Amino acid sequence: MNFEERQKKAIADWEELERGARPRIYIGSATCGRAAGALKLVGVIEAELARHNIQADIVHVGCIGLCYLEPLVDIVKPGRPRISYANVTPRNVGKIIEEYLVNDNPSPELALGVLSETALDGIGRFSDLPMLKPQVRIVTANCGIIDPEKIEHYVGRGGYGGLVRALGMTPEQVIEEIKKSGLRGRGGAGFPTGMKWEFCRKAPGDTKYIICNADEGDPGAFMNRSLLESDPHSLLEGMLIGAYAMGATEAYIYVRAEYPLAVERLKLALKQMEEWGLVGDNILASNLSLHIKIKEGAGAFVCGEETALIASIEGRRGMPRPRPPFPAQAGLWGKPTNINNVETWADAASIMRKGAEWYAGHGAEKSKGTKTFALAGKINNTGLVEVPLGTPLRKIIYEIGGGIPDGKAFKAVQTGGPSGGCLPASLLDLHVEYESLAQAGAIMGSGGMVVMDEDTCMVDVARYFLTFTQSESCGKCVPCRVGTRKMLDILEDITKGKGQPEDIDLLLDLSEAIKAGSLCGLGQTAPNPVLTTVRYFRDEYEAHVREQRCPALACKDLIAFYILPDKCVACGICLRNCPAQAIAGAKKMVHVIDQSKCTKCSTCLDVCPVKFSAVAKVSGEQIEVPGEPTPVTALERDKVAASK
Amino acid sequence: MDVKTGNKLQEIFPRYKGRPEELIPLLQEVQAELGYLPEDVLLEISHFLKVPESTLYGVSTFYAQFKLNPVGKKMVRVCRGTACHVRGAAKVLEEAEKRLGIKDGETTEDLEYSLESIACFGSCALAPVMVVDKEVHGRMTTARVKDVLGNSK
Repeated sequence: MNFEERQKKAIADWEELERGARPRIYIGSATCGRAAGALKLVGVIEAELARHNIQADIVHVGCIGLCYLEPLVDIVKPGRPRISYANVTPRNVGKIIEEYLVNDNPSPELALGVLSETALDGIGRFSDLPMLKPQVRIVTANCGIIDPEKIEHYVGRGGYGGLVRALGMTPEQVIEEIKKSGLRGRGGAGFPTGMKWEFCRKAPGDTKYIICNADEGDPGAFMNRSLLESDPHSLLEGMLIGAYAMGATEAYIYVRAEYPLAVERLKLALKQMEEWGLVGDNILASNLSLHIKIKEGAGAFVCGEETALIASIEGRRGMPRPRPPFPAQAGLWGKPTNINNVETWADAASIMRKGAEWYAGHGAEKSKGTKTFALAGKINNTGLVEVPLGTPLRKIIYEIGGGIPDGKAFKAVQTGGPSGGCLPASLLDLHVEYESLAQAGAIMGSGGMVVMDEDTCMVDVARYFLTFTQSESCGKCVPCRVGTRKMLDILEDITKGKGQPEDIDLLLDLSEAIKAGSLCGLGQTAPNPVLTTVRYFRDEYEAHVREQRCPALACKDLIAFYILPDKCVACGICLRNCPAQAIAGAKKMVHVIDQSKCTKCSTCLDVCPVKFSAVAKVSGEQIEVPGEPTPVTALERDKVAASK
Repeated sequence: MDVKTGNKLQEIFPRYKGRPEELIPLLQEVQAELGYLPEDVLLEISHFLKVPESTLYGVSTFYAQFKLNPVGKKMVRVCRGTACHVRGAAKVLEEAEKRLGIKDGETTEDLEYSLESIACFGSCALAPVMVVDKEVHGRMTTARVKDVLGNSK
């Protein structure tokens, strides 16, 4: 069978699956779903189907992005739309299946939504969920919908149509199309993709390489993992298109070793491509030949940088080198090389399938199209979202993300990982675009968004990121190697209450020097978390330095716990739970914390019953309490209050 | 080097061409087989790939994945990514250290457990995360560390 025939069959099969004569059960089983227990559901579902003698297909799908609702199970009855159920447990999944497939009751009270144009049996539309409604899903269109281990599903939903279209054009026309779409690099700085491709196309040389950067190293980011696990063929199609446009014959996918499932799925996808004639020599009987190899990273953040990544593929330490020459002129083995991020490649496939104008119809003036973001931290709806560029932060955090848990106040959102910055509440109306984020001192990065609330100390966050960049600095250039070390020392002092008044300005000076003097992006952006936290939260730095006070009550060395004599009823819970044996007390005697023994683990505060709330956490102040246990007064007072 | 290790290497080497760029994948495969990279094995690899010992030492200490000392049968990893950090990863790590009686980066004397903190697992939506071998445990609390690790000390 040639590709066209296979494609026809795949499309027909997909439609058949959508309409099908048998019920189907979809289980979200990417890493998040698995961690939430998705695979434990399979056995229960199979047993339930067998018990009722129901013939049904079980389809494993990737991640739809609603990580906080995992595990997700969708059920389709022949002739009816797909109904999605959230937070499914081994205990209730049998009941859901029995009710719907046997008793024809879709349990609307348990259903999350229905994947169709109209509501059904009292179940609202899935796409109307607050987390999904503002989203525009282009790169994630297949995620959670298809089985990522089946190339037929990808092709059945239009996959590799972009490649077919590209092969009907000249390489120059393909580059023109990508330029027209306005696509910019989705991995970091946002360089125009079409221009980058053109540089590589025009570079002299017979052998050219393309590389997919899947070394998603930013802590707090998982967009690429999700896409690799949920729809691996999308980026592979993009790579074929890029190879055709640039005249490359060899390709590498550099993927983190921390993502075993992603590696597994990529390997399987490549095998399928071989069977379908989509990789190797003369792909789809054209003059395009591409050989793709997978390289597993070995755990070095700096390898996200282009020249370090190339060094790593060549078998060396992942250390960056000065540019120029840029990889487009002299990259892997000295040959012209183009490196794009996972999402950029996948976007290129969508653009070629549906056209540059369609793609450019989404997004903002200078930042076209959509971008995926990983929402995490102190936010209700954690997960993966895709929105048009230009969407305000407020919309992403409050509408899609559902705001901050436990009624706490929003303090900051951190974008762009260790190279990015912390943006305060006053910037919530900022539109998420490459330029606006840069102006605010942050970067788009690969799309991590970690939300912080009032309990997060911004000095501690800066210290956290510097710990990271300092340990990940490759050590090649002095400003980064020594500079980040010095900045970390100062930040550690400040969080311990040992900061000097001049330290804050010293941090700013060091930041400028490191930015200006470092060799690669890691060093040049390492000070960003410090610069933005000083810029927007200087008062927190001042409180640490001048008053030895941590306003967020987070820095261990600056906080203290006290048991309030007028509230303690001597119930003994804190005394029994204190891991440091730092609490003294007895029956009917108010308990007392020995400050010299206290490790500030917060156990006493956590276990003290809310109705008593007798433990206070403070910073920068002392509460006057007796030095030794004294008779309880709280109960007497309560009795008096009750009698009144 | 014991005979068993030598045989393992003789099994693995023929799958490679003996070129310097194969260094990292080869180290990965050998470590997956042996659990860590003993010194005499590194020397063998240096001969096989014709890569200087100094380069081999440089590469094997540059990347976080490579271990030059034996590791425990079970690998306990605590994520310290940003999302995990703001959701209390430090406490999870502390509890794991207490339970296992070892510090971050160490291995128990009986070679049952190794403990290490990891930059990010990419399971941020479930923060804080702890991974035991390949099983990801999300939304960890100190109490759940006890459940997962038991009284392993």
